[in-house]
Amino acid sequence: MQFPVLSVIVLSPIIAGLLILLIPANRKTEIRMAALAAATLAMLLSAWVYFSYDVQQGGYQFIEHYTWLRQMGISYIVAVDGMNAPLVLLTGVVMFTGVLISWGLDDRPREFFAFLFILASGVFGVFVAQDLFMLFFFYEIAVFPMYLLISIWGWVQTREYAAMKLTLYLFIGSVVALIGGLAMYFEAGMVSFSMWDLARAGFSTEFQIFWFPFVFLGFAVLGGIFPFHNWSPDGHVAAPTAVSMFHAGVLMKLGAFAALRVGIMLLPEGAQFWKIGIMALALVNVVYGAFIAMVQTDFKYVIGFSSVSHMGLVMLGFSTLTPEGLTGAGLQMFSHGVMTALFFAVVGMVYDRAHTREINALGGFSKKMPWVAVAFIVGGLVSMGMPGLSGFVAEFPIFMGVWRVRPLVAIVAAISIVITASYIIRIIGRVFFGKMPEEFEHHIGDVTALDKLALVLLCAIMITIGVYPAIMAPMVSSGVESILRLLGGA
Amino acid sequence: MTIESFEPTMLLAILPEILLLVLIGFVLALDAVWKPEQRRALGWLTAGGLALIMVLALAVSRPSEDPRLVWGGMLRHDWFGFAFKMLFLFGAAITALFAMDAEELGKRGEFYVLMLVSTLGMNLMASASDLIMLYLAIETTSIPLYVLSGFMRHDDHSTEAGFKYMLFGAAASAVMLYGLTLLYGFAGDTSFYSLGLAMHNAELPLLPIVGSLVLILVGFAFKISAVPLHFWAPDVYEGAPTPVAGFLSTASKAAGFAVLLRVLLSIFTPVALPSWTGLLAVVAVMTMTLGNALALFQKNIKRLLAYSSIAHAGYILIGIVAISRLAVTGVVFYLIAYLITNLAAFGIVATFWRVVGSDQIADYAGMSRRKPWLAMAMLVAFLSLAGMPPLAGFVAKVFVFAAAVQADYIWLAVVGVLNSIVGLYYYLTVLKVVYLYRSEETEGLPLPISRPSAIALTVLTLGILLVGTLFGPWFSLAEQVAKAVLRNY
Amino acid sequence: MDFLTDNLLTLILFTPTLVGAVLLFLPQQEKALLRWVALLGSLIPLALALGLWFGFDSGLSGFQYEFKATWYEAINSSFHLGVDGLSLTMVLLTTLLTPIAILASFNIQERVKAYMILFLMLETGMLGVFLSLDLLLFFVFWEIGLVPMYFLINQWGSEKGERTLWGGRKIAARTYASFKFMIYTMAGSLGLLLAIQMIGIAAQTYDLTELFRTWPTMVRLENVPLGLPVSTVKAIAFWAFAIAFAIKVPVWPFHTWLPDAHTEAPTAGSMILAGVLLKLGAYGFLRLVLPLYPAEAKTYAGALAFLATMAIIFGALAAYGQDDFKRLVAYSSVNHMGFVVLGIAAAAHAAGTENAVIALNGAVLQMFNHGLSAAGMFFLVGVIYERAHTRNLNELGGLFPIVPVYGGILIFTSMASLGLPGLNGFISEFLVVRGSWPVFTLFTALSTIGLFFTGAYILKGIKQVLHGPLNEHWVGHITEINLREIVVIAPLMLLMLWIGVWPNWILDVINKAMAMLF
Repeated sequence: MQFPVLSVIVLSPIIAGLLILLIPANRKTEIRMAALAAATLAMLLSAWVYFSYDVQQGGYQFIEHYTWLRQMGISYIVAVDGMNAPLVLLTGVVMFTGVLISWGLDDRPREFFAFLFILASGVFGVFVAQDLFMLFFFYEIAVFPMYLLISIWGWVQTREYAAMKLTLYLFIGSVVALIGGLAMYFEAGMVSFSMWDLARAGFSTEFQIFWFPFVFLGFAVLGGIFPFHNWSPDGHVAAPTAVSMFHAGVLMKLGAFAALRVGIMLLPEGAQFWKIGIMALALVNVVYGAFIAMVQTDFKYVIGFSSVSHMGLVMLGFSTLTPEGLTGAGLQMFSHGVMTALFFAVVGMVYDRAHTREINALGGFSKKMPWVAVAFIVGGLVSMGMPGLSGFVAEFPIFMGVWRVRPLVAIVAAISIVITASYIIRIIGRVFFGKMPEEFEHHIGDVTALDKLALVLLCAIMITIGVYPAIMAPMVSSGVESILRLLGGA
Repeated sequence: MTIESFEPTMLLAILPEILLLVLIGFVLALDAVWKPEQRRALGWLTAGGLALIMVLALAVSRPSEDPRLVWGGMLRHDWFGFAFKMLFLFGAAITALFAMDAEELGKRGEFYVLMLVSTLGMNLMASASDLIMLYLAIETTSIPLYVLSGFMRHDDHSTEAGFKYMLFGAAASAVMLYGLTLLYGFAGDTSFYSLGLAMHNAELPLLPIVGSLVLILVGFAFKISAVPLHFWAPDVYEGAPTPVAGFLSTASKAAGFAVLLRVLLSIFTPVALPSWTGLLAVVAVMTMTLGNALALFQKNIKRLLAYSSIAHAGYILIGIVAISRLAVTGVVFYLIAYLITNLAAFGIVATFWRVVGSDQIADYAGMSRRKPWLAMAMLVAFLSLAGMPPLAGFVAKVFVFAAAVQADYIWLAVVGVLNSIVGLYYYLTVLKVVYLYRSEETEGLPLPISRPSAIALTVLTLGILLVGTLFGPWFSLAEQVAKAVLRNY
Repeated sequence: MDFLTDNLLTLILFTPTLVGAVLLFLPQQEKALLRWVALLGSLIPLALALGLWFGFDSGLSGFQYEFKATWYEAINSSFHLGVDGLSLTMVLLTTLLTPIAILASFNIQERVKAYMILFLMLETGMLGVFLSLDLLLFFVFWEIGLVPMYFLINQWGSEKGERTLWGGRKIAARTYASFKFMIYTMAGSLGLLLAIQMIGIAAQTYDLTELFRTWPTMVRLENVPLGLPVSTVKAIAFWAFAIAFAIKVPVWPFHTWLPDAHTEAPTAGSMILAGVLLKLGAYGFLRLVLPLYPAEAKTYAGALAFLATMAIIFGALAAYGQDDFKRLVAYSSVNHMGFVVLGIAAAAHAAGTENAVIALNGAVLQMFNHGLSAAGMFFLVGVIYERAHTRNLNELGGLFPIVPVYGGILIFTSMASLGLPGLNGFISEFLVVRGSWPVFTLFTALSTIGLFFTGAYILKGIKQVLHGPLNEHWVGHITEINLREIVVIAPLMLLMLWIGVWPNWILDVINKAMAMLF
């Protein structure tokens, strides 16, 4: 039997989190070291999985299958394919950088890391789950620590409101999807929650058309789909830095991924039927999100709404149901994850020093923290879809896919690129260049070496994928192929 | 199913009850012998004794797959009754641990005795298969609980609670008794299974039967605090000593559900009388909605838990409405999960009250800084109540909702889901106070937990996690219980 | 040696980036070291490009030194490079101007490291456009070039000047200019992006050599917006391409970003901007628009010629109206690039005829020449600005006696720009006019009027700077051009003269390429 690497990835954070709880609260350095060790382990293992995935062979690999509840057909099945392997890697990376960025957190770091790691376990679990019940199980695990993380360590002014809003939105979404999942389970009548079985269940077209919106939208709430995106900017803004990174970087992908995995892959005919509707919503996301981001004055809100816009592109890619669109969406999930993690890390670093996020009140930070400025610029370019960086590699196929299905939508969605460019440039110009206000001149210093390490790692990933997409695109494409088989095409 | 004539092995069927009586005797005797300051140890004795009873019962008196009607048809020796007995014994043992260091409870033998008597009654409720036995068992359960609720004589609230509980309880009992007599009057039989057979063969007039069912349901609804007979719960929980409130909301409620299931599935089977599912569906919706809605506004944690336990009764009723093998399994599983979770919640409240002397939610501010472990236990308990994995409450809710979906009660599942979101809101509000708010004056003050409470909380917290993750064995157990209760003739 | 030949283009393309990466690890304070490494590093691509020039066989048709590697298989795009006579000329221009511009920026004092790295990245971006034989790759490099340029203007642009926005808020002029530059170009690229996608979907490939064969004759498209006929779709796609490139060139009325960007950019930035970046647009027309849309180009050539004529006339008039020396030169770019587009339009209309080839020869040579003269002019403006700290023509004047050498150089370069026979500008403008005359007689005639104004503004510039009453204030302030600056301008002057006197060395390559292409 092979080494159960996926289980280790899924369970090691939560176990580490519980072990961290055993360390006395005042030994903060030890707590941080332990957290870093666990995060490093998770990242290395996920990278190992990513790089040892055999693209030629394709399909599901690293499969582990245990019966969880025989009577109900609930199993613990984990596996990776081309679609989720990058997301596992993403989670590992964000977790690692999140710990690095949170090194300076001083209020109850023990609980912080414990909750963060529970969250991480949930995320890993959803990404690799091949059993519907298991997927829900880990999905909820990923949602609730968010509440505590935001409300305890978040931004004082909005944290209670934002945390509650976020949790309730996501919970509503997930339970609605859960009802849909149960309906599938009983309709299939196979006494199995395994998604591999359910995919073969052959649901009737009416059934699929009826349930698809519930399942897809239920999950897509977490993906920030319009009009259920409302929780996300508030949540992003209120969350502490590492949590924003996790939240925008990974959690939103969780929603999108689950919407794909459960909604589209298990109810393909429903997806065919509703794809125009989804596309319309996603289009609103893309354009409206970008517009709203443009008019924000709070640095973090800009990034928050930009996530809404970019996640719209993911949904847009899904809604095409074409190889290009889905490949692009898969890449965009990864690319946006890394990019937005970087963004929030940067926002956090700026805020920690300036104690304000009003764009107009900031300025000239490139002099004080050049690394951060460069990192933000790289991220900003990714966000604009600048060629040579991962954003382009991801967005271009999405637009191709959309073009193939509905050219007009592609044209409208492309507007968002210019809007994005305008607000990103505005931020770069204001916050990082421009004139530094007097009061910051003296007390603002550079970021720590750990912060720099995190930034460099994130930038390097975006550049690598942008310059050499072959490192990820074929893998995603191989995952997409299996989706397309379910859809009956290709 | 024939009623067996007496044989010595029948004693095994009531072994837990016999041992309970022995334990009661011991406690009474030692209470008289020991000095007042030693009497705290009665708690250890009670808890240990209950644990021993469980072990012995599990070792020798496990029922077979085939249910047996024993003791002249008064009791049914089956997995249904047995599992519930174990549940009650566990609940009582935990309650004893929590009560040990509670003022006015822990050092008084009467408390333990009354609780054990009530447990005895619950045990009989769970296995009763005759109308007379049923009524006797219910009264045996209730009367000690009336006393326990008003146990703190110097506290007006407690006295009020006891009195209120008794008044309402007596009234509900009377109504139920009327229903039982009506049933007997028309059917001429008191055995559940004979009645069920008669119902099945449509030998009974419909209208009086429905009337008697409604009257009987009133009694049960009181026990499980279903709307509209829920109103006693908040006042009684608030006034009663906290461990007693915990006991009321868990073991007593589980007993109510046990008899509800038993009666509905043996006498008024859905095949014979399908109309009650609609009625119960309405009750379920009202119960969870009202419970959750009112819980939103509570400032006192015990009242909040009271309303939350009303809401949980509503969720469980969803399973009863859906009535199928999966549904009954789900209900039993839910009761297991709910029992350990809610016991933990009340245990934490009791522990906190003992040190701080307040049940106001606002006073929980800063708790996570004072006692991170207690806060963590509270987190686990409340999130389990809210239905979050990997905790027991999640799986339980999934099974119940699954049963509803399977039975095509999708709208009911949706209502349940929406309600659980409201629930999430107020549970999180409490956790917010615990984790987020600080309190200047109490920060740094110790928050000691007594050893028995610590043991109980540890057991419960681990139990919540265990049921929530490795749910296979529990599900198998619940399934066996469901099989037993669904096997009628 | 085989390695060098096989990967010559890749090496040319990425050497600047590599040098940039080396700079990254050098200490920030060692300004001299950074400058010299950058300069020497940028000479490597020049040397390689010269090798390419001499190794290139202008007699062969098609692309040479092709290199192909997998890049983005999922959407059928590959890393495909290659040169023909057209791109070769542009590569030479780019690799030549970059070291010159770097040398010209030795006076930059602030954040030298970042500056040099950006400059080298910019070179890679520009070279990539010229070398790509894959439509997607072309687009990648097309966009990449924007970023360094944006920062060069935004960060090292002139520090004076403010612009008042709509709301009455004042922002630094360089911020305004860089933003405008970025948004204009990106907006222009959007249509290009969408059109590229359409092509990619229809043709299932982005490889240009493939597309040249299949796309112009493609009559069925898979999914057409609104069910429009194919010809309409192609026309729209043509305009999407054309507008993207027209903005970059820039053609009137898309030129308004240019004076701002030029004026605010640092001297070397302006040199590259005028010298190479504008050529990207014209190159786009030649490389993509004409081969991919021959029919549409023919149809709309008249409109294009009209725009070009307007650019020539208005560019010249506007230049004449400026008081800012740098703005004057900037508008002169609009004017000169108008000729390039005019030549292209004429060739598109008369494809296949001798006139077309002549016009194209003129256009391409004009691209090269304008690269030389515009870079030279901007540099000279920079030289005077550095000393006087003003570019206002009314404040300058009568400087000839103080700076005779500089004056001579300025007059020489201006004359090249003006199109004085014997210097390079004359040859190319003559060829364009000669080629276009039979095709668009009216427009060409109007353009020659524009040529008249060219003379006017050039002379105005010379007069206002060098002649007239001397502003006494400058005595002692304005010093003679120094050696480094002479080294910068000398190669440019040399080439201007050389092409003017003996254009054949370069025209031969261009001519053969044009004859084969069209």
